[in-house]
Amino acid sequence: MKEFTGKVWVLGDDIDTDIIIPTEYLALPTIDDMKQYGFYPLRPELPGLIQEGDIIVAGKNFGCGSSREQAPEIIKALKVSCVIAKSYARIFFRNSINNGLLLIENDQIQDAVKEGDTLTVRVGEALVAGDKEYPIASLPDNLMEILNAGGLVRAMQRRNGILKED
Amino acid sequence: MGSTLIEKIIQHNTGIEKVTPGQIVTVDVDRVMIHDIFIPFAADKFKEMGFTKLWDPDKVVLIYDHMVPAAKVEDSRHFRIGDAFAAEQGMTHVHRTDGICHQLMTEMRYAKPGDIVFGTDSHTTTYGSVGCFSTGIGYTEMAGILGTGKLWIRVPETIRVVIDGKLPDNVMSKDIILRILGDLRADGATYRSLEFTGSAVKEMSVAARTTMSNMAVECGAKCGLFAPDEKTCEYSGVSMEEVSWLYGDEDAEYVKTLTYRAEDLVPVCACPSQVDNIKNISEVEGTPLDQVFIGSCTNGRLEDLATAAKILEGKKVAIRTIVTPASRQIYLDAVKAGYMSTLAKAGCIITTPGCGLCCGRSGGILTDGERVLATNNRNFLGRMGTNKVQIYLGSPASAAASAVTGRITMPEAAVRL
Repeated sequence: MKEFTGKVWVLGDDIDTDIIIPTEYLALPTIDDMKQYGFYPLRPELPGLIQEGDIIVAGKNFGCGSSREQAPEIIKALKVSCVIAKSYARIFFRNSINNGLLLIENDQIQDAVKEGDTLTVRVGEALVAGDKEYPIASLPDNLMEILNAGGLVRAMQRRNGILKED
Repeated sequence: MGSTLIEKIIQHNTGIEKVTPGQIVTVDVDRVMIHDIFIPFAADKFKEMGFTKLWDPDKVVLIYDHMVPAAKVEDSRHFRIGDAFAAEQGMTHVHRTDGICHQLMTEMRYAKPGDIVFGTDSHTTTYGSVGCFSTGIGYTEMAGILGTGKLWIRVPETIRVVIDGKLPDNVMSKDIILRILGDLRADGATYRSLEFTGSAVKEMSVAARTTMSNMAVECGAKCGLFAPDEKTCEYSGVSMEEVSWLYGDEDAEYVKTLTYRAEDLVPVCACPSQVDNIKNISEVEGTPLDQVFIGSCTNGRLEDLATAAKILEGKKVAIRTIVTPASRQIYLDAVKAGYMSTLAKAGCIITTPGCGLCCGRSGGILTDGERVLATNNRNFLGRMGTNKVQIYLGSPASAAASAVTGRITMPEAAVRL
């Protein structure tokens, strides 16, 4: 069972993909060029403050808006370990799985933590904040297969016989 | 038990006799659409996955719209990569300057009733207006389809939306979908299918329905479907016999039904900065504006331009008013009908078809403290300029009436074509 602990950044409801990465930066050549503009309209300071392994805790409908896959890619590039939100928009959810970004659905942790707190995640089991535990569900099998393969690109590479099995 | 419209489309595609919400199935994709902004990423992932040939070049449509005409020096890189990929793969369905992808996909009959279509843009839900199950995906999934022609989907629950009666003259389909968004909220239909029906829907043009399917994604919906009728068949070039199976059964299981009396509906707008922050125009009337935008894949069709022209006939706009037809064909039709000349005489800035202003890349970007009333589909923070721009979303009738006064204004009658 995978377990990790990280510092929490708190965001609100309906964090849309234009907030995660505005359209005007999408034509920059690489995700590394774009990531400094992550959350720019709302919290421009975040990319400079987020440390490897930090956790984003947000409200409902996280990732609503456009289909831009750069949104989960930027969160991953900022080395955020996972996002915990009350709910996710459909395309963002698929894009995150396909890029190996772990998303956790929970609607209680928002009241239990504040920005700067630390939080422990036991994947597929529970969130631990202080002395309290909050149960979390595991993902359906077909999604776990993609996540376990390391994302859709690797799953397809395996299908096409160009991935050397570890 | 019967089936909802989305269930019937999935059953037709997969050959599974009865699908149920929550079930995960793999579908054969009828058509895909890739736009300029994501073609470099889709092409890269396609190769990285180890594919060399498209599963079927005839089923792949490439459309340049977000970056047409180029606004930044790096934009043309996307066209070069797209052109090279299309040439290498023998693609013939490539549109470089013809209009916005979501208009072209049904106008060019790439997306037809009963089809399953995926696109790299969230507003791919638009083709639900012709009874096509279409929805947005990311470029990595697109790359997977380009190689395999298949995609897994979760069968969605369906919310039925019934609109009966006769719409007031100044209420457009934009006002209806905004009202629905306000009632369902921005996440109210997440993972679900919306199925629109009722006597008011029957009276609507395909164009008016398209506005509603386009914005279905704004409440999180996977698709926003209309059962095809005679109007759809004429528009999509199919016969009524071919689409006779495409309707939601009365005894199907709907997770929820919303019912509206058309006579009760009024002109509304989405206020800054959420699509579900809906107020009646009467509540915000008089709010000063700096700009009006009439266009986009939501409301850049002929009857939208006809409505704007009728309201602006013989008048002058009081503020910057930008008009963007959704496609070259609509542009030409509007010229022929005299709408363009009316709009130009009224002082409108008429742009080439494209996504420019709606996605905040070009053609009327706003700055701190400015307010805009726009007919497109999103008023997210920072979308059409800085994060201190206030974006209101409304119908073409409301936008045109407000252009004359420079303030949010109750519209007069819309034109229904």
